[in-house]
Amino acid sequence: MSKQKVVGLLAEFPHPGALLKAAEKMREAGFQDYDCHSPFPIHGMDQAMGEKRSPLGWMVGILAFIGFTAGMTLEWWTSAVDYPLVISGKPFFSYPAYGPVAFAFMVIFGAFTAVLGMSVLNKLPRFHHPVFYSDRFAKASDDGFFVSVENTDPQFDTEKTRVFLEEIGGQHVELLLETDEEQALENE
Amino acid sequence: MKFDSQTYRVETDNQLGFKILIAGIAALLLSAIGYFTHSKQFFFSYLVAYTFWVSIGLGGLFFVMLSHLTGTVWGIVLRRIIESIMMALPVMAIFFIPLIFGFHDLYHWSHAEAVAEDPLLQSKAPYLNVPFFIIRTGIYFGIWYLLARKLYALSLQQDEQPTNEQIVKMRRVSGPGMVLFAVTTAFASFDWIMSLDAHWYSTIFGVYFFAGSFLGALSFLVIVSAWLHNKDILTGTITIEHYHDLGRLIFAFVIFWGYMAFSQFFLIWYANIPEETIWYQHRWTGSWNIISLFLVIGNFLIPFVLLMPRAIKRNRNKMFVLAIWILVTHWVDLFWLITPNLHHHGAHFSWMDLTLFVGMGGIFVSLFWKYLTKGALVPVKDPKLQESIQFSNA
Repeated sequence: MSKQKVVGLLAEFPHPGALLKAAEKMREAGFQDYDCHSPFPIHGMDQAMGEKRSPLGWMVGILAFIGFTAGMTLEWWTSAVDYPLVISGKPFFSYPAYGPVAFAFMVIFGAFTAVLGMSVLNKLPRFHHPVFYSDRFAKASDDGFFVSVENTDPQFDTEKTRVFLEEIGGQHVELLLETDEEQALENE
Repeated sequence: MKFDSQTYRVETDNQLGFKILIAGIAALLLSAIGYFTHSKQFFFSYLVAYTFWVSIGLGGLFFVMLSHLTGTVWGIVLRRIIESIMMALPVMAIFFIPLIFGFHDLYHWSHAEAVAEDPLLQSKAPYLNVPFFIIRTGIYFGIWYLLARKLYALSLQQDEQPTNEQIVKMRRVSGPGMVLFAVTTAFASFDWIMSLDAHWYSTIFGVYFFAGSFLGALSFLVIVSAWLHNKDILTGTITIEHYHDLGRLIFAFVIFWGYMAFSQFFLIWYANIPEETIWYQHRWTGSWNIISLFLVIGNFLIPFVLLMPRAIKRNRNKMFVLAIWILVTHWVDLFWLITPNLHHHGAHFSWMDLTLFVGMGGIFVSLFWKYLTKGALVPVKDPKLQESIQFSNA
């Protein structure tokens, strides 16, 4: 029997309201590395968990501006500096004509930043997470409402946190144990 | 003025509406002097003021139908205010009558001798002639009146005896209403504004006019809401969340307006066909180029940048100031569309621009106020009212 490491705790809550209250209590108790899991978005969860506003908007804004500048620069360089061509008698630097391309650059920079930035901020792609050790957790995509706490939280203490989760109304509180792959196969 | 937060009604002796009405009439009478001293300037100033206030009403009509079609929840608390803007629109038909006497001052195509020696105007004559022009305007106002009256009546009926049927009916009216609105608004702008320069045409013109109209109506709505809040009316009903959404809509339509303005300019600039380019040439002559640049910066860049941060959209006072700014630039936009046909060599503001704006505005706003205070300030029996009040942008 190899030693199993406790990587977190998982508690189930009966309904979205209970989950919302639990999230508030977790925040008030000062937990940081915890998360709430529900099959659908719950209004007010961000405030209950005390989530800060995402910096994604600023990232998209700045990158979109860079994209606009890049598009303008590209067109200016190609049609006014590197290979000047007279097109319908207009000046080489005909900035209104650059508008559509600069706009498209802005959109593509902004869109890629939004998708990639969202992934990075959510630590994606990630193929595994301790919560998946629990069999009950499959309900999170159907009718289960869960709070998970990870052992990386400074306040994490296997016994105390378990008691706390039960105090705030958590049911079926279970330990998330890290098993190596061999052992997992043996257990099956 | 006393506000009852149970029934959402204001008790008022309507002193305010009366005062606004008197101010409007006084300004109109003052402008009448201008008619005798400089009739051409009078009619151009008149047309700018007229299209401005009609455009606000049109934006209101659009917003009401849009709310019904999308089934908006957040907008329900604002619906009665928008409906009142919409109801002030049909009355503007009366103000079209003086314009009929100004056709010769405004529209080059109304001169028989000018048409006789101009093949282009001759080929356009079956459409651009005085009787048909007046009939068309009559049709536009007829459609707007029927739509506005029906939607308003259904909404008031809902206050009395709410049933599901009214909601269904409001949607049924709004669907075809939206199509009629699009066609009539586009053609009204073609007739009233674009035909000032009868040689010139732009198919996107109607959309450009609409974009500005909706911006104007949204700004008017923000101003009214903030003013009511200042008077301790609807303080807990129209919350900062609603300003946030209004700010987003204004932001979207600032971009839409810029997009339309650029699309129109871009194609004409690129093709460089004399009969099209001349229109922009007029607007780049003399001091008109300052007005043109002012529009790019004032009606697009400034609100675009200012409306990006969340903090401004969620600040009532800042939104109030921004809404006034957008109303001003919307007026300048119409001024820029219309007046270069009178002052070819450079921008020129007349005192009549101001008095006619205040005059027609006085009538418009007092009508708006009359409709607003007639009943409850929100659709009290709408099934989703409570949800709308508690609306949150999470």
